[in-house]
Amino acid sequence: MNANMYRFEIRMRLRSVIIWSLAGAAVILTYQAFFPSFAKEAALVDEVMANFPPEFLEAFGMGGVSLADVMGFFSFVFLFAQLLLAIQASLYGFGLVSVDEAEWRADFLLTRPVTRAQILTSKLLAAITALLITDLAVWSAAILAINLFNGGQTVDQHILFLMLASMPIFQFFFLTVGLMISLLVKRVRSVTPYALGLAFGMYLLGAFSDMAGDVKLEWITPFKHFDGNDIVLHGAYNAPLVMISVAIIMIALAGSYWRYLRRDIAAVS
Amino acid sequence: MSIIETRKLTKYYGKARGIIDVSLQVEEGEIFGFIGPNGAGKSTTIRLLLGLIFPSRGSAAIFGKDVIKDGPEIRQDIGYLPSEVFYYERMKVIDLLKYSASFYKSADPDRMIELAEIMELNLNRRIEDLSYGNKKKVGIVQGLLHRPRLLLLDEPTLGLDPLMQRKFFELIRQENARGVTIFFSSHILGEVQRLCNRVGIIKEGRIIEVSDIHTLQQNNYKRIYVAANAIAADYFELPGVTNLEQTNGGVRFFYKGDIDAIVARISALELIDVTIEEPTLEEIFLHYYE
Repeated sequence: MNANMYRFEIRMRLRSVIIWSLAGAAVILTYQAFFPSFAKEAALVDEVMANFPPEFLEAFGMGGVSLADVMGFFSFVFLFAQLLLAIQASLYGFGLVSVDEAEWRADFLLTRPVTRAQILTSKLLAAITALLITDLAVWSAAILAINLFNGGQTVDQHILFLMLASMPIFQFFFLTVGLMISLLVKRVRSVTPYALGLAFGMYLLGAFSDMAGDVKLEWITPFKHFDGNDIVLHGAYNAPLVMISVAIIMIALAGSYWRYLRRDIAAVS
Repeated sequence: MSIIETRKLTKYYGKARGIIDVSLQVEEGEIFGFIGPNGAGKSTTIRLLLGLIFPSRGSAAIFGKDVIKDGPEIRQDIGYLPSEVFYYERMKVIDLLKYSASFYKSADPDRMIELAEIMELNLNRRIEDLSYGNKKKVGIVQGLLHRPRLLLLDEPTLGLDPLMQRKFFELIRQENARGVTIFFSSHILGEVQRLCNRVGIIKEGRIIEVSDIHTLQQNNYKRIYVAANAIAADYFELPGVTNLEQTNGGVRFFYKGDIDAIVARISALELIDVTIEEPTLEEIFLHYYE
């Protein structure tokens, strides 16, 4: 790691971090604010939900839980926060080294007296710091929201903790997988389509795996590795799935270093 | 010990040719001109030396150290000016230069200010607001502010106006006078001719000539113009004569070989006018490429 590079990369992300943090916090607060009215009409809510096919409910983060229950409702809100976090982390991952290359300024860092490993590590740590800052904002908003809008029900602190604590690993998945893919393709011209593709792709895989039932898509999507509904229902993580997430992160990380240390940096021609 | 030494350095981009078997030696204190047209492999060579790309075969050493293995250590003493300069667009010039300086042990803030004054560069502008030539100036200051021992300049004058080119060459001469080795690629031969001690000529990825610039001009070719009464069309069809051109009342050609033989041949004519001179680098160069 190089302290100068780390500080520089953090400064480059500052504006983006503030925006994502505000967006994440806003989503949690506004959605959770609807909960008291749901809680008041508990019987009606459950009746309406019973009319939907269970696959549909699963796909939208309402599977097996009641929207009239504070943790059930929160797990539904949490899915939206996850989607935002996934997009942010994917953007950072795909853009980590590819933006410099797309704007032809990668030469600048690579011709300084630093190793490629130092460059990648500094950039990764800066991105991770940025993601953790966003997590802090979302955590604060979540704790605030669930205390403000719980409709008088008791909040299960253990389940809340499990959900919130899963966020960093969930984001590292998108960060490292995005980075890995960006280093496998020849050239990333624009980061956004790739990042949205990865984030929504994984979300849809999670949703389809519920609808299709037997297809084991939950093996690859972090939306299933850290499924809010599942945490509410079992009061615990699904340990094997969490291990898959961690394993994919490790492989993507190792693969990224391997590729980056051997990468030819293209020049304008 | 050579400052730069490449051994059969070869680079393919997939199947596309970059450079093939480039073996070069650049000695301490030299100004070495690396010439060839666009696409010949000049930038590829420089990017290999900087570790931006990796060789397919062969190796390269700078200061006696391998450019891949010891790249970071070597780059502490290299100043690089790319042919096209791209930086963080939203930054101010001063912030970019400070960021660059932060990587070097020998960076000198006074030198930075001094260089900016010489190149008439406004340090408080944003990079995105700079013209192409002004970005190039940022590149020059950035390449020199840490007092490197070796300068790698890739088409350095591209985009600079003639006045700035002169200031830039003056800077390069000063750096060279204090012992800095300069490796400098260009396709503008006039500037190479004015500045360099030695040149390497690269064609389609291969080095076809490495020579002292004066030797190249003196020993190789003479540019000869002969005006005489009635020269037969094939009168100068001799070994060593090339680029023969009939002009109004005379002939013009390049000659390489025994000067006595050609002078004897010329003196047998009924001469009106004759000139024998050293060709410009440009003409030598064009000759290699025909």
